[in-house]
Amino acid sequence: MKSLLFSHDKTGVVVLALIAGVTLIVPLFNLIFPVDSPLHFSAYTVSLLGKYLTFALVGLSLDLVWGYCGILVLGQGAFFALGGYAMGMYLMRQIGTRGVYADPLLPDFMVFLNWKELPWYWFGFDHFWFAMLMVMLVPGLLAFVFGWLAFRSRVTGVYLSIITQALTYALMLAFFRNEMGFGGNNGLTDFKDILGFNIQSEAVRLTLLFLSGSILIAAFLFSRWLVNTKLGRVVTAIRDQESRVRFLGYRVEMFKLWLFVFSAMLAGIAGALYVPQVGIINPSEFSPLNSLEIVVWVAMGGRGSLYGAIIGAVLVNFSKTVLTGLMPEIWLFSLGAAFILVTVLLPDGIAGLLRKRREAEA
Amino acid sequence: MIDITLEPANDESVKVGRPFHEGEIDTTHGPILYLEDVSVSFDGFRALNKLSLYIDDGELRCLIGPNGAGKTTLMDVITGKTRPDTGAVFFGQTIDLLKMDEASIAEAGICRKFQKPSVFEQLSVFENLELALKANKKVWSTLLYRLNSEELDKIDHVLKTIGLSELNRQRAGALSHGQKQWLEIGMLLMQEPKVMLVDEPVAGMTHQEIDRTAELLSSLKGERSIVVVEHDMEFVRSIANKVTVLHEGSVLTEGTMDEVQNDPRVIQVYLGE
Repeated sequence: MKSLLFSHDKTGVVVLALIAGVTLIVPLFNLIFPVDSPLHFSAYTVSLLGKYLTFALVGLSLDLVWGYCGILVLGQGAFFALGGYAMGMYLMRQIGTRGVYADPLLPDFMVFLNWKELPWYWFGFDHFWFAMLMVMLVPGLLAFVFGWLAFRSRVTGVYLSIITQALTYALMLAFFRNEMGFGGNNGLTDFKDILGFNIQSEAVRLTLLFLSGSILIAAFLFSRWLVNTKLGRVVTAIRDQESRVRFLGYRVEMFKLWLFVFSAMLAGIAGALYVPQVGIINPSEFSPLNSLEIVVWVAMGGRGSLYGAIIGAVLVNFSKTVLTGLMPEIWLFSLGAAFILVTVLLPDGIAGLLRKRREAEA
Repeated sequence: MIDITLEPANDESVKVGRPFHEGEIDTTHGPILYLEDVSVSFDGFRALNKLSLYIDDGELRCLIGPNGAGKTTLMDVITGKTRPDTGAVFFGQTIDLLKMDEASIAEAGICRKFQKPSVFEQLSVFENLELALKANKKVWSTLLYRLNSEELDKIDHVLKTIGLSELNRQRAGALSHGQKQWLEIGMLLMQEPKVMLVDEPVAGMTHQEIDRTAELLSSLKGERSIVVVEHDMEFVRSIANKVTVLHEGSVLTEGTMDEVQNDPRVIQVYLGE
């Protein structure tokens, strides 16, 4: 089994080892070394690394549908944000009476809007397990309904991409509205606890980093297995010759649908890990630009290799952190330039470059 | 003309286009494929015009006709890609193909080779055959699918039949044009079809390749019905017992190659006035 998973994929093993390294070493060092030691990672760095890992996970989820099945989703950010909101709602319920208005029942923004009772869709979010279920179910259900309608009517290519873009845009507009009951413009923030632990504490930050890394590794291994099954080969075949697959007796729309749902759930999990680490979720996460950025990560990292999406997500976001710190005004220009350069010079992205180099050596 | 009953028997399972007995196709009256009065129009252009055609169980039939005669449209109608405006298309006596989509038609046992070789270029020869293998093709079964030794033998057997045993690990995209055509015929065989529709199998082939393809197709008839669309007359002569000539969307004439070639209407259609 092991050989089947890794034989063609040495770069994947390296990437996996790097993630495992970060996931283990950062918490370990912070436990061993005192706070003033240079080997002790700051709270900022820990959150930043954790954030990169969640971006890598959402990149991976897009690569599954885009790189392997050819469905260019320009709204992957919507699933990420929905997972994030589900987590945010749980965290809001944990604030209890510690909000500004100290209302025992309602979150601050509802008190501010003069609401008298909790909307029905907030019920259940007091429970962690329920919120975690919603983290996967809500994006999964949206993907299911959307995919069922779109794939059955055989909407493909550019049309499908544009509709996914419209989907995330519509959700953004909806979530911006106060009467939706998700905090409007400001979103959900001022979180205090998660499972009874202070969300600002170092232990929680390290745990979240560790979880983000572990879940990313698990998702990577599972996806790796998935694309190497017969289903993976059917999906690749759909990407290359959709109608031919139909004439072999496969129900193409069902394959697309389940892959899309799985990918949306992964993106939802990524969002749920992201929110407690950055401390806020607001409607701008639904903005089409965010979803486009995810596409850029995957394109730059290299489609259809899984590890490429991870490399791309981390690399682009690291550059973003550095550049927006140094010269915020040039960030979008350099991202655009880098994207064009990669598309023209490296159509298979960084992963493609690494693969070619390996083939040249062999 | 053969007397056939197009009304399905009074049985619930028949009404939804399913066979009487799972996997059994009723050919007791002879033909396995019935097309009656089928018409298809595209933007006013009549691609098929009240076409009626019967394919017998186990026969090898060649369809010829000038460009635009409706040969490919006919295959599109049978395989569910195009819905006719009028007419009836039955598989055996009980299965109404017009009520089924591409995937269920393929599953019922009608398989098709396309004009342009359409193999999956990113996958190996072996994997192409594996995907075509007759098996449960639902999502979950596909996810958990493992080839058993019987199926491996079957793939080996088909690889031998199409002469690609040595190349089974090669990426299909790296095959020559002729080899891709054979691979696609192999993919049809993996599906264990009752009817094989083969669109231009020898286009772009060398003479040796054409001879091999003729041998291959001739060896396959009997167990299954094969419908071949081809322009290459020499090739058609070498394989066909019965030839159907299409012209402007309907059947012009049917018969042996000699009969057809000496038919003045056919000569006129092919050579013009």
